[in-house]
Amino acid sequence: MSAKKLNLKDKYRLLTRDLDWEYSYSDRKKAFPYEEFEGIKITDWSKWEDPFRLTMDAYWKYQAEKEKKLYAIFDAFAQNNGHLNVTDPRYVNAIKLFLTAVSPLEYQAFQGYAHVGRQFGGAGARVACQMQSIDELRHVQTQIHAMSHYNKYFDGFQDWSHMHDRVWYLSVPKSFFDDARSAGPFEFLIAISFSFEYVLTNLLFVPFMSGAAHNGDMATVTFGFSAQSDEARHMTLGLEIIKFLLEQHEDNVPIVQKWIDKWFWRGTRMLSVVAMMMDYMLPNKVMSWKEAWEVYFEEAGGALFKDLARYGIRMPKFVEITEKEKEHVSHQAWWIFYNHGHAAGFHTWIPSDQELDWLSEKYPETFDKYYRPRWELAKKLEAEGKRFYTQALPQLCTTCQIPMGFTEMDDPTQIAYRDSVYNGERYHFCSDGCQHIFEDEPEKYVQSWLPVHQIYQGNCGGASVEEVLRDYYQMNLGADNLDIKGSPDEQRWKEWKGVA
Amino acid sequence: MTIEIKTSTLEPIRNTYANIERRFGDKPATRYQEATYDLQAETNFHYRPLWQPDKELNDKTRTKIVMEDWYALKDPRQFYYGAYVQQRAKMQEQAENNYAFFEKRDLQAYLSESSKEKIIRFLIPVRHIEHTANLNNMYACSFGYGTALTQALVYNAMDRLGIAQYLSRIGLLIDGNSGDSLIQAKEHWMQDPIWQGVRALCEELTTVEDWFEVMLAQNLVMDSLVYELFIDQLDQALNAEGARDIAMLLEFMQQWNKETTRWFDSVIKTVASESAANAEQMSIWVKHWRAKAAEAFAPVIHALFDETSLQQALTLLDNRSRKAGLTL
Repeated sequence: MSAKKLNLKDKYRLLTRDLDWEYSYSDRKKAFPYEEFEGIKITDWSKWEDPFRLTMDAYWKYQAEKEKKLYAIFDAFAQNNGHLNVTDPRYVNAIKLFLTAVSPLEYQAFQGYAHVGRQFGGAGARVACQMQSIDELRHVQTQIHAMSHYNKYFDGFQDWSHMHDRVWYLSVPKSFFDDARSAGPFEFLIAISFSFEYVLTNLLFVPFMSGAAHNGDMATVTFGFSAQSDEARHMTLGLEIIKFLLEQHEDNVPIVQKWIDKWFWRGTRMLSVVAMMMDYMLPNKVMSWKEAWEVYFEEAGGALFKDLARYGIRMPKFVEITEKEKEHVSHQAWWIFYNHGHAAGFHTWIPSDQELDWLSEKYPETFDKYYRPRWELAKKLEAEGKRFYTQALPQLCTTCQIPMGFTEMDDPTQIAYRDSVYNGERYHFCSDGCQHIFEDEPEKYVQSWLPVHQIYQGNCGGASVEEVLRDYYQMNLGADNLDIKGSPDEQRWKEWKGVA
Repeated sequence: MTIEIKTSTLEPIRNTYANIERRFGDKPATRYQEATYDLQAETNFHYRPLWQPDKELNDKTRTKIVMEDWYALKDPRQFYYGAYVQQRAKMQEQAENNYAFFEKRDLQAYLSESSKEKIIRFLIPVRHIEHTANLNNMYACSFGYGTALTQALVYNAMDRLGIAQYLSRIGLLIDGNSGDSLIQAKEHWMQDPIWQGVRALCEELTTVEDWFEVMLAQNLVMDSLVYELFIDQLDQALNAEGARDIAMLLEFMQQWNKETTRWFDSVIKTVASESAANAEQMSIWVKHWRAKAAEAFAPVIHALFDETSLQQALTLLDNRSRKAGLTL
């Protein structure tokens, strides 16, 4: 036998992609049928650079060590009533939002990566996607287990997967991932691996975990730390896929650019929920949404797009609008939920005076001018015993499915409306970005399952909003919804803490 | 006397998530239950897949098999991710010790040339079959329905990648880490006439559309034959000719196969007992793929063993099928 030893790279190649072979007896296109319809040109899968080199034995070993530690913490957390250590019961609503809105996306990621992990013709890419698939299953399951203890002591966690399929605001994240999974395999990777995991993850996953760290939530933050090395692998996959596609063929560049434009805007719209979580739902703040956007998108993302310029990739379309939006979205989003707090599966509230001052300080250009007066009015009404809820159902944007409550960014007193006619029907949008996405693929977005339309069409049970919430959403009315003040969550907290 | 640490007990307002309570009643649930049931979206999908516009994203009609509740296919091993990786980590630790021992003691030096040749021609090519098993389980995972089954399928798919890698490492152990044995074994896989039927069958399996059929053909038909012949019987044959140290390199696969068979037999039994139509459809598939596999494996098995070996493996397959309620 020859004495030459394999280097790590060659060894990994032998242990992964060399397992595959050129078919002789069946049509390989029949085995991998979805690779061509998006117009992406792959000339040579062997040029794929493995973003990480992890064989299964090492994977099992590392992951088992992490799981063992994680579950030891979960056990200790439950045994010692760890939920009593959170800052105050308002915080728990941030993780209700996480379990109902984000964890089901981890599940969809498991499914989506399983799909591409089977469908890509290149074994190197397949194996990387398969590992991400099983990682994502890990994430949804450990999140369910992390929240399991909270579910025993707080309302609003209990029917998370039923809610995710039905509740009006949860159609925002659900449609986001449905959109990615229903796309072709390469768009899925640009959407989730690149735009989401690589460009925007520090603005979704990380704020929730930092929020947990700042608010005494040991279960969630331990999950966050445990998932960190998985996320790092996922990010390297995001970077590899974009380089690979751009280097494979110049015709891929405009297609990839179009997807970056689309998924950047889809992503920022979905992140408006995170924005309000950071600015309004965390009793101990991490940083303002505006600061987070500046650090994680404008600085880090800006550097990334400078790197990509050599491939002919430019900044995402409508990026200049996000520069203005960072001053407004969190305030507008929380206001929507405060107004519709009777129809939300978590509690809402008016920021405390101290928090209002913090917001004034963090948003010197906009908060006192546009948003503080609203909260002062809400405070006055609440003091008079007139906490109000908006009964009318809002119109939804056909693309992002957020209620039409965002304003023109140059005139925050004017709600933004856009509309397009397709096949004789008029469709409504919250922004130029969402209208643009629709107009590029109208045949896709006309299918949107818009919760408010569906309620009006009688597809969500009862005739009244209350019946829909109770019977179709299966919310425990008076417990899951409404203001935190007077909620069973608040009452129990006071009993535990021995305060009147 | 026992030591009793006083902790403060708070009365919980519920024992588990509402979906688990609806299924099993208001009592504390296991981690497997909370991490398994009803995770997959059931309704109100927004867009049809561009790659399959006649289906929803999650769609029960991607197979001819009909189940009232796909979550009936629970895993007797109760594997959720954490339980799964911890079980595999234990097995890999043992395997790692075995492989390290084999290398440290240079046990390949005690293998005869004919044993090495046998390993390269008959055992190492199985890594390509396992690669197909990886694809097929991933296929069933991505198109299958209900987390109870699909999570077990992703575990299985990753196991197959792991097993293909262990088989490759056997090659690296006997070729001094040069990769030459893997190249030779692949030559056999690609060119050797005795392997071409199996290779053609593997290729064909990756083009079958119905995910349940793919899963059944792979995890029942193919695995019954492959593990009986190339993992168990070949191990015994090598043992008989003095190459007994190979056994420690195959322990992982043998243990894995035993455990996985238990899971998959319970899956097919539950599906077959759901309805006569299911049992009939599964029987049709098993007969179809059994016949193809028997033909495909014959040349390679005849080059390796006598007539009875393949028959023995087919009998094993038939017994598993009958036990699950299929008629052949």
